[in-house]
Amino acid sequence: MTRIAEFCEQVVAVAAAELAKLRHDPLELFSRAVQPVLWLLLFGEVMAQVRGIAEPGTNYLDFLAPGILAQSMLFVAIFYGIAAIWERDLGILQRYLVSPAPRVAIVIGKALASTVRSLSQAVVVYAVAAIMGSALSYNPWHLAGVLALIAIGSALFSTFSLAIACIVKTRERFMGIGQILTMPIFFASNAIYPIALMPHWLQLVSHFNPLTYEVDALRALMLRDSLPVIGFATDFAVLIAITVALVAATARMISRMGA
Amino acid sequence: MPVDQSSSEPPPIAAPIVTRNLTRRFDGVVAVDRVTLTVEPGELFGLIGSNGAGKSTLIKMLTTLLPPSEGTALVAGYDVAKAPAEVRRHIGYVPQLLSADGALTGHENMLLSARLYGIPSREREAKIEEALAALELTGEAHRLVRHYSGGMIRRLEIAQSMLHRPAVMFLDEPTVGLDPIARKAVWDHVRMLRDKTDTTILITTHYMEEAEELCNRVALMSRGRIAVVGTPVELKSALGPNATMDDVFAHHTGAEIEVEGALGEARRTRLGVRHHG
Repeated sequence: MTRIAEFCEQVVAVAAAELAKLRHDPLELFSRAVQPVLWLLLFGEVMAQVRGIAEPGTNYLDFLAPGILAQSMLFVAIFYGIAAIWERDLGILQRYLVSPAPRVAIVIGKALASTVRSLSQAVVVYAVAAIMGSALSYNPWHLAGVLALIAIGSALFSTFSLAIACIVKTRERFMGIGQILTMPIFFASNAIYPIALMPHWLQLVSHFNPLTYEVDALRALMLRDSLPVIGFATDFAVLIAITVALVAATARMISRMGA
Repeated sequence: MPVDQSSSEPPPIAAPIVTRNLTRRFDGVVAVDRVTLTVEPGELFGLIGSNGAGKSTLIKMLTTLLPPSEGTALVAGYDVAKAPAEVRRHIGYVPQLLSADGALTGHENMLLSARLYGIPSREREAKIEEALAALELTGEAHRLVRHYSGGMIRRLEIAQSMLHRPAVMFLDEPTVGLDPIARKAVWDHVRMLRDKTDTTILITTHYMEEAEELCNRVALMSRGRIAVVGTPVELKSALGPNATMDDVFAHHTGAEIEVEGALGEARRTRLGVRHHG
């Protein structure tokens, strides 16, 4: 095998192991699907009555659906590091680290598995949004774009989470930090309200938040006749650049999990 | 002395493990203190010491999990600090914790190892089958590992780590927490590994019986240092006609081994049970 083929095999091996676990215990997928459904049904239905959140002539539930998809992706991915800490405590991670698989292959493999978990949530969000009558786009190119965005977004946030795990190394510390991070990432973004509604300082903050770019592109691709506020090129460029940087940084840090 | 680091063949070097003044400190505490050691090809070498003696830290440096603070170590001819990727290609490692993934089946664990170690897909199933058969796990291959006994998990881990025919194999306290029957079974399989392959094996233990049963040579480790190296017979006869390995240990390290050992063992066994049960 050439080194490149071997590398791909190693990435797939890490991801496939994660997926095999899901296959043995699919309950996790169902329980994770509950949260986005509740957000759409409870929060969405109520907030839809509030005037001024969505732009005139648009439906708030349409606006919300992509935001909730991004949110559920974020919530799955951001606690990914805790699984890594758990695996470290069990000695499982060390077995990956003594294998010839390059660190970066391990990090990408883990990110890929997070993507697959989020895809199942995307199916749920689409189904609920469709039942609630949202103006979803079923253009195959748009769907492919949504897939790509979920892949990049999951990889970004799960790798971010893994990086934090490499630094804090214990579950207790991680839980605290995970909570502290999720709230601002979620609320300082355009996930559940437009940026235009935010006070000026928060608007500034939201532009340093990758979730903003994720939701901007996701919203334009998920909904019919919708255009991105920021722009596809910027959205994708920012997301890909941050993901690549995080993967590279985490591949260097993950060795710390060996000891 | 890595001759060509891009080649996956080990360079021709006599000793599979050579360390010189290998040292590791944690925040000023010296865990491994200037260890100089040579393990010969095909040897089953035992590293004996109570918990906290530095055995696991030494193994972690040799398996590239932990960078040395000072000194050098060559494993399978490659420097652990300068060519860790090449070292990893040529070693197998069974860590102290029962670390096969409990959420996967035995076969899935094997498949994961096979892929990580770059075993070509057309050879994979045959090699997995062979290794599972050698460790007597064929019938259990498709059960989840969390339903395995401790001894079965250990055997699975040995099967996983021998899949790629490593030049050097590290077994860190392989029988801790196992009942006597499972322990004997692991011993039999380690012996089989020594006799039927040319893999060099380094095993750590705090059971004197285990060291005597299995090892060609042993090193006694205490407070991060190697106190003495030799064959069990040599070490015992140097003390007197009726000396036991426990006497040897007490003589060279000034400590009793089992008291300290039992505490750590209980803790680790609990850990293992919690994670897999």
